[in-house]
Amino acid sequence: MSRTRTPVVARWFTGEGNDFRLLATRCSACTSVFFPREDAFCRNPGCTGGELAEVPLSPRGRVWSYTDSRYRPPSPYVTDPELSWKPYALIAVELESERLVVLGQAAPGITVADLTVGMEVEVVPGVLHEDTETTWTTWHWRPTGVTA
Amino acid sequence: MADGGDGVTGDVAVLGVGMHPWGKWGRRFVEYGVVAARAALTDAGIDWRDVDSIVGADTVRGGYPGYVAGATFAKALGWQGARVASVYAACASGAQALGTARAQILSGLAEVVLVVGADAAPKGFFRPVGGDRPDDPDWLRFRVLGATNPTYFGLYARRRMALYGDTPEDFAQVKVKNAALGALNPNARYRKRVTAEEVAASAVVADPLRLLDICATSDGGAAVVLAGMDFARRHGACEPVRIRAVSTVTPRYPNTVLDLPDIATDSAVAVEPAAGTFRSSIAQAAYEEAGIGPEDLSFAEVYDLSTALELQWYEDLGLCGEGEAAKLLCEGATALGGRIPVNVSGGLASFGEAVPAQAIAQVCELTWQLRGGAGDRQVAEARVGITANQGLFGHGSSVVAVR
Repeated sequence: MSRTRTPVVARWFTGEGNDFRLLATRCSACTSVFFPREDAFCRNPGCTGGELAEVPLSPRGRVWSYTDSRYRPPSPYVTDPELSWKPYALIAVELESERLVVLGQAAPGITVADLTVGMEVEVVPGVLHEDTETTWTTWHWRPTGVTA
Repeated sequence: MADGGDGVTGDVAVLGVGMHPWGKWGRRFVEYGVVAARAALTDAGIDWRDVDSIVGADTVRGGYPGYVAGATFAKALGWQGARVASVYAACASGAQALGTARAQILSGLAEVVLVVGADAAPKGFFRPVGGDRPDDPDWLRFRVLGATNPTYFGLYARRRMALYGDTPEDFAQVKVKNAALGALNPNARYRKRVTAEEVAASAVVADPLRLLDICATSDGGAAVVLAGMDFARRHGACEPVRIRAVSTVTPRYPNTVLDLPDIATDSAVAVEPAAGTFRSSIAQAAYEEAGIGPEDLSFAEVYDLSTALELQWYEDLGLCGEGEAAKLLCEGATALGGRIPVNVSGGLASFGEAVPAQAIAQVCELTWQLRGGAGDRQVAEARVGITANQGLFGHGSSVVAVR
């Protein structure tokens, strides 16, 4: 039986392959960008409030910082306790045109040894985990020029 | 200047302080809080039945008794009709409790207020309470990223290395300093000196930070008895330690530092960020309220969730310029006997974090130091002390005390 692909959070990202993008919202009154998306209110204290429209975030940015998770994170992170723990890297990425920093897991196989602050990375589709019926999808950051 | 004026808002007196030692004792948080409260009341020479108001700093780990900590402690000490409040601000809960108590005193609603915080911490990583809560940023960061607290500490540490050239060896020296001080503190959980080699040999938890760079989670309890200055004088406390400022500020939009438990920062595309970070604004508000500056400090107690974060606080408190914290540490300026000793209590490195008790414990240390009663870890001529701390979800916490 094939698994259904379901985003781990609805409406945070869209598209496949090279068209994969994180989804933010932008205030029509003040141009503030929000990720994770704000759909109900603009959080700029100087804004009287505009319409919040969905916008894709820039696919590329620069590493603000990075780390990794050498120990199994607790629930609600989903892991298979039968398998030995494989550390993964976390990358905080600064997007120049939106002027914000977005955290994400690194693409599989990327370790902290592959990363430097300031390095260019791009957002790519990824799989968070799978269960019997569902492939839970997410976003990953990957250094540009590296192919999976 | 510590002797003279009353700052911007007026002082309140610290009549008594008390703690239950930090550790893993395996009992209910209420028991730690009661021990700490009774110690503080004894220290103050105040009968619990004469306390006008009790403020509890909440814990999310004790079910309803934890959410209504003020009432929980009041009942445990024996109902006596006091006004009650319970506050929650994550790691900053203790400062919120002190701020609430102080506001009651300064406004004339109460003369004597007991502030209590205590926690019984589980083993391992802090984790969100159970259930599916996709609207809760704390739940989301675990569900989507597995981003534990130490991973955020790792991000900050790596950023410092890239920006300022800090090294893992610099970070280890923070642990060496704090462990040596904690060895002198009977309330600390870890009372053994640690070498740089031992830090380097401990397991990496979140690159570049190792187990001994990161604070543990602990059981513990702390309490403070605050009173108005007039009451203190009538009570015979002629020159009590005084709280001159309690900063409980929030960030300013756009907050451009990736704070726990967020997955992203605010965007600075529409509004230019303020000159300083949120953390520096926490201290700035305390300085302004107290009418002092960093040059007036005798010592500081800061929230060293990690070794690298202690260095960050040096800069955020204005003890040195941006990027100069490792130099300040290596010069010995922040050691006992240095120009501006930091975490002479031993800090979180020696205590481990007992969340709602920790900001209150910082004020206990300020009080012992300012009274000249800190024993082997006494800061010479201590006149002005500051605490600094930041709670998840945008809670500043800084207290200035003087004598």
